[in-house]
This record gives sequence, structure tokens and C-alpha cells, in this order.
Amino acid sequence: MSVFGWMNDQFLRMVWLNDLVGQGVVALGLDPASRLGGSVQFFVYDVIKIFLLLSVLIFGISYVQSHFPPERTRAMLGGRSGLGANTLAALLGTLTPFCSCSSIPIFIGFTAAGLPLAITFSFLISSPLVDLASVILLASIFSWPIALAYVVVGLVVAIVGGTVIGRLGMEDQVAGFVRVGPVAGEAATMTRAGRLAYARDQVVEIVHRVWPYVLIGVGIGAAIHNWVPAEVISALLGQDKWWSVPVAVLVGIPMYADIFGTLPIAEALVGKGVGLGTVLAFMMAVTALSLPSLIMLKRVVKMPLLVAFTGVVTAGILSIGLIFNAVSNWFI
Amino acid sequence: MIIKILGSGCKKCVALAENAKAAALAAGREAEIVKVTDFVEIAAYGVMSTPGLVVDEKVVSTGKVLTAAEIGKLI
Repeated sequence: MSVFGWMNDQFLRMVWLNDLVGQGVVALGLDPASRLGGSVQFFVYDVIKIFLLLSVLIFGISYVQSHFPPERTRAMLGGRSGLGANTLAALLGTLTPFCSCSSIPIFIGFTAAGLPLAITFSFLISSPLVDLASVILLASIFSWPIALAYVVVGLVVAIVGGTVIGRLGMEDQVAGFVRVGPVAGEAATMTRAGRLAYARDQVVEIVHRVWPYVLIGVGIGAAIHNWVPAEVISALLGQDKWWSVPVAVLVGIPMYADIFGTLPIAEALVGKGVGLGTVLAFMMAVTALSLPSLIMLKRVVKMPLLVAFTGVVTAGILSIGLIFNAVSNWFI
Repeated sequence: MIIKILGSGCKKCVALAENAKAAALAAGREAEIVKVTDFVEIAAYGVMSTPGLVVDEKVVSTGKVLTAAEIGKLI
């Protein structure tokens, strides 16, 4: 086995942890091959793995992100337009520290500074969709090719989505107060110690925010993994069923959950023979669109723009799901 | 003096409000601490990263929980 493969298995996939938990399950008098033993092993292994990876990843990523506060991103994007600008906005969206609660201030801040809607939406779509931590978790649960493919298609949705929204000529479909707001200056620069403290605070804050979603997600994943027969799932969501992607998207859109909570569900579903495209479409729908974030967005944009945003993103996710299902034998 | 804390009620905003209160007390100044939680109002200050600190209608800090000592230098 290559050195890279070994490191990937030990550090990202944590094969050793799965073996260790398996031994623990046996020590409890359960058989890991049985339903109950298997569920316990899946649950304990996934919870420990996700929280370990999450803490390490958020620390490292937050340190990088501390270089890209929204004020700096806005300055970098100012005065640009065209496809290159949309691409830059989508890339910066993956780097800027972000939670859905700050999307509205960022939307207002970008628009007030005169950034075109095309750029702002490329940023707003990519920010929750393609998250550095979730990419590494994808690599841990599936594989690097799948994680990289997810990044590429996520960026494509953001770039194309923003461009389409820009072409629709809806610059007037923004609530009136948005454009009159002042533009506050630059973000304060941080020292190295400040960045380390910021990264530490982010770990505490994000773990605190996402732990219920992770536990629920792993619980659902463990239930699917060991209790739901593969025939039932493949009959409903199997790769040969044309409706599997639309169903996954429709179920995912209203849901509000963190990507870290949806990953274990995705893992279990793929294990039961659900198409990779279906699972990715589900994850993207859950993270990119949710009822609470649409309700918040409604306060700053008018209905036609909200409908255009939802429609464009939904169409993008649908096509990605269908394309991935068509070519999934490249990855698995 | 009016000190406003901009933020949607997250933990950081609570911590910043506490520090602002302590800073005003240490400086021996009478300060009214106002929490601004509506994001429309927050955006009206041009602030994109919360928590933000506003002293007498001037934005002095964004996206950071300043310590009481740091706030002391700003008020």
C-alpha cells in the first residue's frame, strides 16, 4: 500500500478506530456482524471520528480563514465583473468564515458597496455549499476523487447560478434600505496569537452549534446502516429510479441541518446502493437551501429574485445529481 | 455614553456586552449598553461580521470579542 493510502486510511478514515470500536463491541458481548452490534459500532465510530476530525479541521481552517474576513473579500471583489469575477467570488466563498446567520449582513454589505448581484450570489451559493471542512470529511467517508468532484461541481453551481441571476437583470429586486446603508471600513488586522485564539474559539463555537445535528445524523445513519433492508431503499431511491434525485432534492431543501450531520446519512445511503448523485444532491439541497435561510433572505430581496435564486440553485443541484448518477462508475 | 452591541444574540455578543460593561465601570463612566439584534439595523451600520461594537454611533470594532481592557482604550 502506498504511503499516501496508509496515511489516508489511518488519519482520515481512521481504520484503527473502527477496529478498536469493533473490539469494544465484542468486549460488551455483542457481535459486530449482528444488527445491534453493527449499529453500536457505526454510531460510536462515526461520532468519535466526526468530532475528532471536526475539531482538528476547524482549527486549521479557521486559522486560514482569519485571513479572509468578509470586509477583505468585498475589497478583493470590488470593481470586477464577468466570469472571472464569479469564479473568484465562488472560490472566496469557500474560504470566508461563514454561518447561515451571517449571510444577510454579508448580502447587504456586498450590495451596499455596489457589487453586482451576479458576484454576490456566486459568493452566497458557494459559501455554505463548498466548505473546506466538509470536503475533507467527504474524503474521509468516501474518497478523494469524490471529494474533489464535489468541490468542482459545487463551484460550478455557484459560478453558473450567480451568472444566471446576474443575467436576469434583477438589480432592482432588492429591498430599498439595502442600497442606502453605509460601507464600513476594513476589518482589523489580527496578530498571530489573535488568529490562534480565533481558531480555538471557532472550534468551540462550531462544535457547540453542530453537535445535535451530528448525533441525529449519525443516529439516522446507523439505523439505515443496520435496520433498513437494502431492497427497501433501492426500491425507493435506487440508482435506476429516475425520481431518486428529484425526491432527494425536494426532501433536502426545507431541511435545516449542518453538512456534518448529513454526511453520516449519506454514508449509510451509499452503502445501501443509493446512487452517488442522489446522495450528493441531497447533501447540497440540505446545505445550500433551507426554509430558515430563505425566510431571512425574503427580508432583503423581493419575491421574484427569491424565486429566481431558489429555482437556479435547485436546477443546478438536480443536474449535478443526474450527471453524477450517470457517471458514478468512474468513482465507485 | 451609549455603547451598542451589534449581533443576533450569539454567545460572543453576550461576552462583548459583559466586557463593555466592565470597561465602562473601570473607566468610571456612565454607559448605557444597548443590544442591537435585528440584522436590518445591524446592516444599517455597515457591519458584516458580528459582534460589532458601536460607541456613540461610531463603529469601533467588528467580528471580535474585545477584552474589557481593549474596550477601555476605545471609550
